[in-house]
Amino acid sequence: MTIAGIDYKKAPVLGLPLVILVLLAALPLYREIYDVILMTSILMYIILTVSWVIFSGATGYISLATGAFFGVGIYTSAILGGELPLLIVILIGGLFSSCLALLVGALTLRLRGIYFAIFTFGLVELIKHVLLWYEITFTHTRGRFVIVVDNETIYYIMLGIFVVLMITAYVIRRSRYGLALRSIGEYEEAAAHMGINVTMVKVITFGISAFFMGAAGAIMATRWTYVDPYIAFNALFSFSPVLMAIFGGMGQFYGPVLGAAIFAYLEEYLITSRISIELGTFTLKVSELYMLIFGIILLVAILFLPNGLIGLVEKVWRQISGGEREHA
Amino acid sequence: MLDGEGVTKYFGGLAAVSNVDFHIDQGEVVGLIGPNGSGKTTLFNLISASLVPKPGIITFKGENITGKKPYQICRMGIARTFQTVKVFANMPALQNVLIGSFFGTSARVSPAEAAREGTEALEFVGLSEVAATPAKDLTLANQKRLEVARALATKPELLLLDELMAGLNATEVSEAMELVKMIRDKGITVVMIEHVMKAIMGVCDRIMVLHHGEKIAEGTPQEIANSEKVVEVYLGEQTDA
Repeated sequence: MTIAGIDYKKAPVLGLPLVILVLLAALPLYREIYDVILMTSILMYIILTVSWVIFSGATGYISLATGAFFGVGIYTSAILGGELPLLIVILIGGLFSSCLALLVGALTLRLRGIYFAIFTFGLVELIKHVLLWYEITFTHTRGRFVIVVDNETIYYIMLGIFVVLMITAYVIRRSRYGLALRSIGEYEEAAAHMGINVTMVKVITFGISAFFMGAAGAIMATRWTYVDPYIAFNALFSFSPVLMAIFGGMGQFYGPVLGAAIFAYLEEYLITSRISIELGTFTLKVSELYMLIFGIILLVAILFLPNGLIGLVEKVWRQISGGEREHA
Repeated sequence: MLDGEGVTKYFGGLAAVSNVDFHIDQGEVVGLIGPNGSGKTTLFNLISASLVPKPGIITFKGENITGKKPYQICRMGIARTFQTVKVFANMPALQNVLIGSFFGTSARVSPAEAAREGTEALEFVGLSEVAATPAKDLTLANQKRLEVARALATKPELLLLDELMAGLNATEVSEAMELVKMIRDKGITVVMIEHVMKAIMGVCDRIMVLHHGEKIAEGTPQEIANSEKVVEVYLGEQTDA
């Protein structure tokens, strides 16, 4: 057992991620550009989900501000895209999101439970409408064009953000800082009386998680080439990470990654699907039903997989390996 | 060591704690008793900074600690346990205690040091064997011990115990009394809220009695047991004590 008390099966810990990383880095060499673009959007969802889990998964404060932080990144890119080098723009996108998170966090992280969730959700709407008002009043156009970047560059930058995020998440989880975060999730009042500056830990973590959301937004904007407030500050980006994390299971480090990857792939697969179902005079196209299918999968997951996909995997693994009972 | 001057706390129009002066000396075990709702836990919350007295001043080792944050109070050397246990339920016992070692002092504690201190604290309260068990799977008595271990890991000079014995059986109460004496022998000052009279009379050097938020009596266990006023408001009502 480590100090943070997490058991790591030693061998695959370093090996497997390295193999995956090499495969991902070489992707443009052996796959079509279509797959590279698909992988970019899968990575984007993983980044949003994992950075959401860093804060909300550990502390239990359900943030629905992901869409706001993502959107701030998108608009940073739309405004500064042509002016500064791409990497700097992405860094600034992350920093702006971080600053917003620190500000919002300092104001609202005393709100508990549903109040915090509602406030953060309101933030997305607030920024969207203020921005819309600004654009229409001052620039007289609703949307903006974003500088065009080639798909491989976008992919590699997204991959870079992903790698930095995974290292950050891993380090936090294993450090005393991660222990403090989890103790806040367990019993905040007790944590405060154990010498933990709970407000500071919460606000800083909120800021760290927002950084990655903003950075992902800044690079994703270049892929979309045109953005307006409705595209950038979309509530779907607030909800998706929550659903993906629940689906994957938050008990383990790789649960949210798996959940996000599967959901993001499924989305692409269903949207581009040519399958249709004949129902008498109606023809239902799967591509139009994908939201419905998402909903059903999520319901089934919540009802039958309380610990997400990872919980199922662990259960099956225990049965295969001879039913050694361990404490989760 | 710990002094309170005119400590008062209103909840709406109700004075939960009203103009209470107190003084705790180093090395003492002080009992805090009173009927339900008399303001004992509120007084603990004021000392540990969950609540801020208004008006009133609390000083610890000569320093005014009124208005400080709970984490600062903890790092200054005041630790507490809770009336309703507030363990970190899904964490193993040892991890619960590690949090105390890591964060309970201003010094930066290395993981190895924390592990050693944590193990020691668990051993001290007799929980070594369940170090790896999640806190939620411990018995109530053990969860209360875990809270004590966790508080001790923050290296306090003053320990506030809020109803350590409540809900424990007779054997467990005697064990808990032993534990309090061991803590005192370590040189840690103890203030304990307790309803179990046997425990209060057995381990306390001095007792303070609260009633409707006011301090109505103070003295040695013998004096308190013989005080007519106390018997009237408190002991008289609680025949099972």
